[in-house]
This record gives sequence, structure tokens and C-alpha cells, in this order.
Amino acid sequence: MAKKRVVTTKINGDTVEFLCEPRQTLLEVLRNTLDLTGAKEGCSNGNCGACTVLMNGRPVDSCLVLGVEAEGAEIKTIEGVACGTHLDEVQSAFLENAALQCGICTPGFIMQTEALLAENASPTEEQIRFYLAGNLCRCTGYDKIVQAVQSAATKRQSGCGTTACCH
Amino acid sequence: MRDFEYEAPTSLGGALAVLSKGTAKTMAGGTDLIDQVRMGRHAPDVIVDIKKIPELNVLQHDASGLRLGAAVPCYKIYGHCGIVSDYSALADSCRIIGGIQIQSRASVGGNMCNAGPAADSTPAVIALGGVCVIAGPKGTRELPAEAFCVGPGKNALQPDELLVEIKFPARAAHSGSHYRRFIPRNEMDIAVVGVAASVVLDDSGQKFVSARIALGAVAPTPLLAQAASESLAGQPVNESSIAKAAELARSIAKPIDDMRGTAEYRVHLVGVLTQRVITAAVARARGENIGHAH
Ligand SMILES: Cc1cc2nc3c(=O)[nH]c(=O)nc-3n(C[C@H](O)[C@H](O)[C@H](O)COP(=O)(O)OP(=O)(O)OC[C@H]3O[C@@H](n4cnc5c(N)ncnc54)[C@H](O)[C@@H]3O)c2cc1C
Ligand code: FES
Ligand code: FES
Repeated sequence: MAKKRVVTTKINGDTVEFLCEPRQTLLEVLRNTLDLTGAKEGCSNGNCGACTVLMNGRPVDSCLVLGVEAEGAEIKTIEGVACGTHLDEVQSAFLENAALQCGICTPGFIMQTEALLAENASPTEEQIRFYLAGNLCRCTGYDKIVQAVQSAATKRQSGCGTTACCH
Repeated sequence: MRDFEYEAPTSLGGALAVLSKGTAKTMAGGTDLIDQVRMGRHAPDVIVDIKKIPELNVLQHDASGLRLGAAVPCYKIYGHCGIVSDYSALADSCRIIGGIQIQSRASVGGNMCNAGPAADSTPAVIALGGVCVIAGPKGTRELPAEAFCVGPGKNALQPDELLVEIKFPARAAHSGSHYRRFIPRNEMDIAVVGVAASVVLDDSGQKFVSARIALGAVAPTPLLAQAASESLAGQPVNESSIAKAAELARSIAKPIDDMRGTAEYRVHLVGVLTQRVITAAVARARGENIGHAH
């Protein structure tokens, strides 16, 4: 069997060292080794986006990244979005707009929305739908998710969010 | 997933040394490869991650043309102003490969090497006159993009060779290009048909000097539509010259029936898309801003 590797990476701002086999995906490492179970496994083949995390600032499907590729990278997961018990604008907008039902897709949508708003502070509906096309939701029908993203963008722009403490 | 070793060499020589040892598989973004290994379609003993090799990350645009490292991910390609303006068809194709998460990792090199008949970037690379630069134990060789794919899932590489970069000639004056595909959904789907065109017009913008048209998803490999391309040279830019090129493009399409569309439907689509894509490429050659037009 291939030797386990020691991987050093930064996750949600903290330096983390873990052991993994080359064949383990980043998603498996996050969930099974590091107990960060926020990223979900929906399809394991890049279609659903439930496993979305940010890697060096870019959104990626963590089921299509090898754990060993995290060496030297900066990873952000859903666990790093809130500040203590304060939800950030995107998280609270998803709650306020009822943009989730079963919730399996939500961590992925929120990470993808964080990436979108970092690139484009006030996206149009078309831009939102295009950017979130790699995230699937079987429950909501998407309209409420789009509304949540719009409302998060507005809140963040008007500066009345709750994330001042650690972002 | 199958057990394998992982190597991430930082030099081309280092990568070639690992590849020479046998059952190794190259990985760029892994968006095709990781699932293929998981599903047992490939059974490598070693995965060679090529993203740390400088030559594979080249992105150089100057008066002599464009050099695109095989591992450069899509988002960097459509985020590059020079590529958007001078190699628009390439940017068009990278903007629609998968969703944004896929584009963070997926490369044009991987798209070409995977050799899917419906790969989106390959027709764009062919239409833009791309040349594949291949490194192997015996040195470097070059192959025009239209000769790179040899069958569904099969490319012209030997197991111990690597696609290093794709070279494109400088954009000619009064030229423009476009890639467009037909899919039943708005995004995140496999092309039923894809067409790329690159056209060069004369100074007046009224006559074609030359053109290159390429088709995807209508044959075992993406195709250069040679007769259609040549038919435009010297012709006035009008409906009848464009319709004739579209007819010639239709005539080489040899698609299959599958769940995405019948062969007859696909041939029809080749005609429609070819006309639209040539028209959009002409507009760009004339300096009109047609936006992303995806
Ligand atoms: C959800 C989803 C949606 C997708 N949508 C699209 C789409 O719309 N259009 C489309 O065309 N494709 C699509 N794809 C397929 C895939 O993302 C693309 O083919 C992508 O460009 C592959 O690039 P990569 O860098 O990830 O390749 P990898 O997965 O790393 O490699 C692909 C293949 O090429 C080989 N390879 C890679 N680089 C080299 C090299 N430099 N030299 C030699 N061999 C090499 C690998 O060994 C492997 O066999 C999609 C995939 C997923 C998962
Ligand atoms: S689990 Fe990764 S995209 Fe679905
Ligand atoms: S809320 Fe159930 S899948 Fe989106």
C-alpha cells in the first residue's frame, strides 16, 4: 500500500498537519480525518457542489482534489465562515430567506456564494445563477437561494454585516 | 479508490522520469482523472501531478503569439484580457467547461488529453491554429491540434510523453473568433454539438481572407472542417458564402444517435451553429463587442 504522507496546510486560518494516503480526496480528509463534516458528499464526481471549499481563494469541489494536494495551500471550509456564534451575512441571509430545506446542499452554496461576492460585490440575478450552476439543490427550486444571495450582497455592501470581528 | 503513489515533480525532467517507469497517469486539474480512477477506468500505480512544473504553467502573450501551458486552469484563461480579446474562442470555451468550481482546476491540456469527442476547448484550439508541444524521453515534438486526438479517449501521446503547452500564432489584423455549443440546459452539460470559427477579413471588413472552422461532438474526435474553412477564402462576407460553409461543415459531420440527440438532429445543428458562429466571429473581426455570447 502507498505510504501515508504528512501534509501541512492551513485550514480556516490555522496551520494543520494531517496524515493521508495519496488516494484519499480532500473531502474524505476533511470529513473523516479532521472531523470537519460541514462539506458534504453528494455525488463524489464534481456535479453537485455540496463539497465546495475554497482552496487558495478559489472554490473547488473537494471530492475532485486529492488530500495530498493541500500541502502548502490555504483551505477555507464552512466551519470558518461564522465568527464564533455570529453568522456572517451569507449564512444569515440563507436563514432569513428560507433558502434551505434539508440543508445538504447549503454549506456548498454558502462557500460558492462567498467566492462570488469576493469577486463581484453586487452580482445580477443572471450572474448569480451562472456562478452557482455547479451547485445542485433538490429541495428549494433555487429562487430562494438567488434571493438570499442578493440580500447577502446588499447587506454586505451597506456594511451592516456581523463579520467585522474576524474577517 | 484504488491505491496509488503520488508524485508532484517540480521539473519537466522529473515528470518524464516518473512517466518512463510504467503505469503512471498524468494529472493536471484532476476533474476527469480522479473520477476515472475512482470508477476503475484507469488503474495507475502512480499519479504524476504536473501543476508544479513551470513549463506547464506558462501563460505568455506577446507579438509572436500565445503560449498556453497545458496545466493552466480555465479561470486564468478567461480572466486574461489578451486571450479574451485576441483568442476569444478559447476564452468562450473555457467559460463553459463545467461550473466555476470545475474551472478553478480544469485545464485545456487536460481537456485535450482526455480526448472526449465533445471536449469544448479542443475545437477552439483547432480553429485558432493551436500547435501542441509534446515532451518525451527523446526530446520535444510538435503536432497541430487537429491531429492530437485520434479516437474517443485516445490522444497521440505515448505513455511516456507529456503535453507541455499549446502555441498559437499572433492574432492577424481584422480577425475574430468564437466558440459556441448547443446544450439542452443553460449550463453544466455536455455539448450536443460544438462549433468554433476563426476568420480573417480584408481591410474593408467585407471579404474573407481565410477561415478555420472546427466541430465538436459530431465524430469520434473534434474535427477541422477543411473544405468549409477553405470555401470562405476570397469570398464576400454575406449570407450565401456563410451558408455554403455551413453546408460543407454539415457534410463532414458523422455523429451518432444517443440520449442527447439523434444523428439527424446533430447534423442540422451543425449547420445552424456554424452560421451563427461564423457571423459572431465576423462581428468580432470588425471590432464589434458581442459580449461573451455563451
Ligand atoms: C461536473 C463536470 C462538468 C464538466 N463539464 C465539462 C464541459 O462542459 N465541457 C468539457 O469539455 N469538459 C467538461 N468536463 C470534463 C473536464 O472537466 C475537462 O475535460 C477538463 O478540461 C479536464 O482538465 P483537467 O486539468 O482536470 O484534466 P485531468 O483530469 O487532470 O486529466 C484529464 C486526462 O488528461 C491526461 N492529462 C492531463 N494533462 C496532461 C498533460 N499535460 N499531458 C498528458 N496527459 C495529460 C490525464 O492523464 C487524464 O487522462 C466536466 C467535468 C466535470 C466533473
Ligand atoms: S460531492 Fe463533490 S461535487 Fe458532489
Ligand atoms: S435544501 Fe435540500 S438539497 Fe438543497
